[in-house]
Amino acid sequence: MARTPAELVGAQPDPPFEITFDGRRITAVPGQSVAAALWAAGILSWRTTRTGGRPRGAFCGIGQCFDCLVTINGDPNRRACLVAARPGDAVTTQEGHGHDRLGV
Amino acid sequence: MTDSASEPYDLAVVGAGPAGLAGAVAAAELGLGVVLLDASAHTGGQFYRQPAPQARAARPEALHHDWSAYAGLRRRLAESSVRHLPGHHVWSITHEAPAWSVHCLTGDDGSDEQPVRVRARAVLLATGAYERHLPFPGWTLPGVVSAGGAQAMLKSGLVLPGRRIVVAGSGPLLLAVASSLAAAGARVPALVEASGYLAYARHPRALAANPQKAAEALVHGAALLRHGVRLRSRSAVTAVHGTDRVEAVTVTRLDRTWRPVQGSGRRIACDALAVGHGLVPQIELATALGCATRTSADGTSALVLGPLQETSVRGLWAAGETGGVGGVRLALAEGELAGIAVAARLGAGRARGSRIVQLRRRRDRMRAFADAMAAAHTPGPGWRCWLADDTDVCRCEEVTAGRIREAVDDLGARDARTVKLLTRAGMGWCQGRMCGPAVACLAARDGAPEPPPERRPFAVPVPMSVLAQCADQPNTAP
Repeated sequence: MARTPAELVGAQPDPPFEITFDGRRITAVPGQSVAAALWAAGILSWRTTRTGGRPRGAFCGIGQCFDCLVTINGDPNRRACLVAARPGDAVTTQEGHGHDRLGV
Repeated sequence: MTDSASEPYDLAVVGAGPAGLAGAVAAAELGLGVVLLDASAHTGGQFYRQPAPQARAARPEALHHDWSAYAGLRRRLAESSVRHLPGHHVWSITHEAPAWSVHCLTGDDGSDEQPVRVRARAVLLATGAYERHLPFPGWTLPGVVSAGGAQAMLKSGLVLPGRRIVVAGSGPLLLAVASSLAAAGARVPALVEASGYLAYARHPRALAANPQKAAEALVHGAALLRHGVRLRSRSAVTAVHGTDRVEAVTVTRLDRTWRPVQGSGRRIACDALAVGHGLVPQIELATALGCATRTSADGTSALVLGPLQETSVRGLWAAGETGGVGGVRLALAEGELAGIAVAARLGAGRARGSRIVQLRRRRDRMRAFADAMAAAHTPGPGWRCWLADDTDVCRCEEVTAGRIREAVDDLGARDARTVKLLTRAGMGWCQGRMCGPAVACLAARDGAPEPPPERRPFAVPVPMSVLAQCADQPNTAP
């Protein structure tokens, strides 16, 4: 019986690369979404809500719910479940609407 | 704004899942010039979602039912003249005689700088469905994911949200999700289904006419037994425990109306919960063009379609879940039927009468089964008793059940739109996709809820800069 999803489908991915999450180094494999790379590292939340400041992460997994919004390389409101991870990406927890830099 | 050189195409197909693929390939094989648009980088849609090519999966079919049907379509697509445009997020369709304009954002999440407009003489909408959710205390906690979302992240990203995952909600998707999660190495201590599976027995004719569905259920059932998954029907997860992530859930028995049976709650330790209550047709591109809708047996809005899959708006066809949720085989049949019908309308190819008769018969038989299944999993009104006053109903705007009840009981709101105006429920990023069905139920109080109208002038969020580009070109503005 397979013990991991990769074993189940017989995946032999291209060499992994690093991205960072709030400065912490994590590993991603080519073609993986940012959300999948975070899940693989055991991270389930990467945003805090505008009103209650509550933690959120991927929910619908297909780009419909917008719960997985995150800041990637300084750009807020990217859907982590849709955006492919790229080597060297700096992923940071998005607080509130993500536009604090603009002072709005 | 980029316009493509080979335009207008004969047919633009929106969505490269089973229905869209079948339609695009059928139409192209009859001689039409076809463009196939999809938000994802790959064909297959949600059902045939798969790892990226760089994952080099030797056995992608291990996470799929009926992979050979997809492999066949993918081969025919590669051999066809269809222009596949991946990474195209359609936000609106407009009609400027004599052609349709399909407006797209581009890139992984639609945030690339270059929007695209594609023109075509006919459009086939194969936009599929998204999951229906009912809120309950704790459902916004990290580690609670949608059942379809867990499946999607597993199929494409080869990842799991936890090691011990409870699967809950209602509908046939849960069986597939539980067996894939278990096959991929997760422990699934329970599959919690709010309906009773015996409800299917009320539709013996639809069941007897679709024996492959029973076979599919047996395959999933055997897999669940093998993996030690306990099936609890007529039950629901009524609370999630944990502070920053899931630590356990409470599973409670339900009566026939889905009202929790007092004192029957049992705590199950887990680190994730995959939950969903069926699917909702994704039809906003069509409703924005005035296409007629109907309320299906499961209480969702679906498109009204003619015998050959045309919507009530001439020149606009639809196939698959957009006409009512019915599964992959129905989507394949409807997509092919629509592709043939569009070719006939545009005068391409020879009429294929016998194939049309065969596909129509197959579609009607599977639609009857889909209706029976939808009826069996329609949420009972008692689910509202799961809610505490401080339970978030609208995840985006953080609107609680207490505030919605206040809008309904004290301020007189009787429909989802009025609740939205009073509370902001449904006004956030997801445009009511996650909370819409729940808000409609709460607004209807004890009456039958009207399904949310699925009206969204923008099918995906569109940056102001893109709208400004449309305004610069008066002929292309929606």
